[in-house]
Amino acid sequence: MSSRGLRSRQSSGVSRIRDDQITDLVSKLQLLIPQLRRGRSHKVSASKVLQETRNYIRSLHREVEDLSHRLSELLASTDIDNDQAAIIRSLLM
Amino acid sequence: MESIVTNPLPNSNSDRVRRKKKKKTSAAAATATLKTNQQRQNQNQSNNHTRWKSEAQQQIYSSKLIQALSQVNLNGNHSSPSAPRRGRAVREAADRALAVAAKGRTRWSRAILTSRVKLKFRKEKRQRSGSVSAATVTGVTGRNRSRKQRFSVLKLKAKSVQRKVKVLGRLVPGCRKQPLPVILEEATDYIAALEMQVRAMSALADLLSGSGSATSSSPPTSQ
Repeated sequence: MSSRGLRSRQSSGVSRIRDDQITDLVSKLQLLIPQLRRGRSHKVSASKVLQETRNYIRSLHREVEDLSHRLSELLASTDIDNDQAAIIRSLLM
Repeated sequence: MESIVTNPLPNSNSDRVRRKKKKKTSAAAATATLKTNQQRQNQNQSNNHTRWKSEAQQQIYSSKLIQALSQVNLNGNHSSPSAPRRGRAVREAADRALAVAAKGRTRWSRAILTSRVKLKFRKEKRQRSGSVSAATVTGVTGRNRSRKQRFSVLKLKAKSVQRKVKVLGRLVPGCRKQPLPVILEEATDYIAALEMQVRAMSALADLLSGSGSATSSSPPTSQ
């Protein structure tokens, strides 16, 4: 990246560290988001990564909401007691 | 007697050789363990991410979730609570269990737990101590930025990026007033944790719906 050459000319070492840190974090974020993972490693701008991150977190939140609703309906008929909880736990393992 | 033979000089050479060997073996062992432990570059980050992906972590969370759900009174002895309230109760229990599973290592998990107990002063203390160091850093970079305008370097500090990160900070609990790198770091861990939460909850829902005998007898949702 050409920005690295420019960065070395900056007098402040602090801002250099922060830029590297931020680029690093943004690229890590990019790896986590399924839409951005398909081989386009360096072509995605930070702004796009952040936008997709926001969309992804919101979709995850929505999934959790739907699952919570679904679970609440499944559990509404009967409360789980300790024995049933143990059975469920063992079934999930 | 043996020690005298092998150590003619009390000081340097043999000791240095031995020390070097020790260093080498310990370094080799260290790198070996590092390689086995970390899958990506940054140690802390990778530990967090792979932690949320592990089966063990999901099982820990699932059992915590089941425990929490058994304590949430969904059936309501006096009056059956409305559907959205039930869903919200489940969501809150799931989030709390997730925050507990995080073991207090991240801001978002602490924020979820403290918001429940409403100990706001504790949150402020942490934010203050964290933001002081960050504020000095941003102060320095701000001054430099105004004097030397390098466009490509500033792409990351561009206002649109900063705005987007702030928006992101509102989505991640406990990160509304955090500096850029903190928000990014919290977001990465939060995403991994949320993915695990979704996996665990859907597994539980599938299990319960699969074993439910008569799906038609589910109570109608009150509207």
